[in-house]
Amino acid sequence: MTMQTDSAIFEPKIIGFLCNWCSYAGADKAGGMQVPFPHNVQVIRVMCSGRVDPQFILSALVKGADAVIILACHPGDCHYKEGNCRALQRHSMLTLVLGQLGVEKERCRLDYVSAGEGEKFSRIVTEMVESVRKLGPFRRDLP
Amino acid sequence: MPEKPKLALYWAASCGGCEIAVVNLNEKILDLDAAFDFMFCPCLLDTKIKDIEALPDGAIAVTLFNGALRTEENVEMAHLLRRKSQILVAFGSCAKGGCIPALANFTTKDELLNSIFIDSFSVDNSTGIIPSGTTSFPEGDIHLPGMLGRVKHLAQEVEVDYQIPGCPPEPEQIWNAVEAILSGNLPAKGSTIGCGTLTVCDDCNRTKEEKRITAFRRNYEFYPEPELCMLEQGLLCMGIATRNGCGAPCTKANMPCTGCYGAPDGISDQGAKMVAALGSVMDIGDTTGLSEEAIAARVDAFLATIPDYAGQFYKYTLASSTLGGRVRR
Repeated sequence: MTMQTDSAIFEPKIIGFLCNWCSYAGADKAGGMQVPFPHNVQVIRVMCSGRVDPQFILSALVKGADAVIILACHPGDCHYKEGNCRALQRHSMLTLVLGQLGVEKERCRLDYVSAGEGEKFSRIVTEMVESVRKLGPFRRDLP
Repeated sequence: MPEKPKLALYWAASCGGCEIAVVNLNEKILDLDAAFDFMFCPCLLDTKIKDIEALPDGAIAVTLFNGALRTEENVEMAHLLRRKSQILVAFGSCAKGGCIPALANFTTKDELLNSIFIDSFSVDNSTGIIPSGTTSFPEGDIHLPGMLGRVKHLAQEVEVDYQIPGCPPEPEQIWNAVEAILSGNLPAKGSTIGCGTLTVCDDCNRTKEEKRITAFRRNYEFYPEPELCMLEQGLLCMGIATRNGCGAPCTKANMPCTGCYGAPDGISDQGAKMVAALGSVMDIGDTTGLSEEAIAARVDAFLATIPDYAGQFYKYTLASSTLGGRVRR
């Protein structure tokens, strides 16, 4: 856990849903390669990015996350053939819904990381943390 | 003859459709009158608030409370009727999930007042008056209750014993709920009654085949084929994420379900469930050989045909949804 004070730099809390077959292995690879990446992402391993119910994303946001990232297999590589395609379609639609609810698109990102892409995992996580840091904490209160 | 139990039917921020649904009990309304002393209903009866205030606490057996909470007066009445009622029922989708009044939660109170009283094309209000507070007239003072920052549903303000969904609830389901209350054969407190536990698809007798939608279409664009699943024809029919019990009158009338019974048991967010379901039936065609950017662009183009997903998915449940409305930036 990161201690936060007003004067300290804001450390966003990000929930990452990582597919078991590609992205989780990709994150593992990043660890194995000792590539540095920020520790802000708390990883939840799911069997498939297609298993990530949009309810999980909304729940994560209201329960304390500042952003959510879903990492999937590259198109065509899904262990279950089209789970990542469904994840993409859901994510694109959810982005539109979240936009209408005042949630910035940077707070819910989907990207592809294969089992060998440790470097890419590190880069995506770093980018995500930086973009959310600029946005500041997710405000759960309504006007 | 022992005194009949008292029944109240109150409206907060609502349209009056729930009262009409009660009147649509038709001849059963005589049975309702035989079973209850129907004693408070501002839409139909002349009982005053001071009469309710004069009652001992818990004097009303059942209050059917319809309407969302938009003003301080709505909140005051919610607390008063909670105190005076043994069973408080959130009656209809406004009291249950916010419904149409809660669509205001897509904007802020200030923006809302501005667009109604200042900015609207048909309004001439050069002095910028927004009605509020107390105004004095020779005949006396008029006091407007304050407006809440956002619309709430009943359970966000007081303890609710049961909920009856629907916009409005179907009369036969109102009667089922009344019978359950009269017989005392009620489920656990907090349950949703007067409805089913599955989805509207279970009530809908259209032919359902494999769901592969090649484009979303809107009601005005075509006459749907009357026997085939609405969703399979590309309409954003909410039946898949909506509680059943209504008997699917909308799809029988060749209109897609708009989701008025809210989410079924076990679902926390009707809109998120619509996203989940639609995301798995969209068919963007063969993407072999396309770049990741090209695939994403194809999905975006597919989605661009519908202008207002959130408004459609949260039409009846925005106040009770996970985010509850537009969050503060």
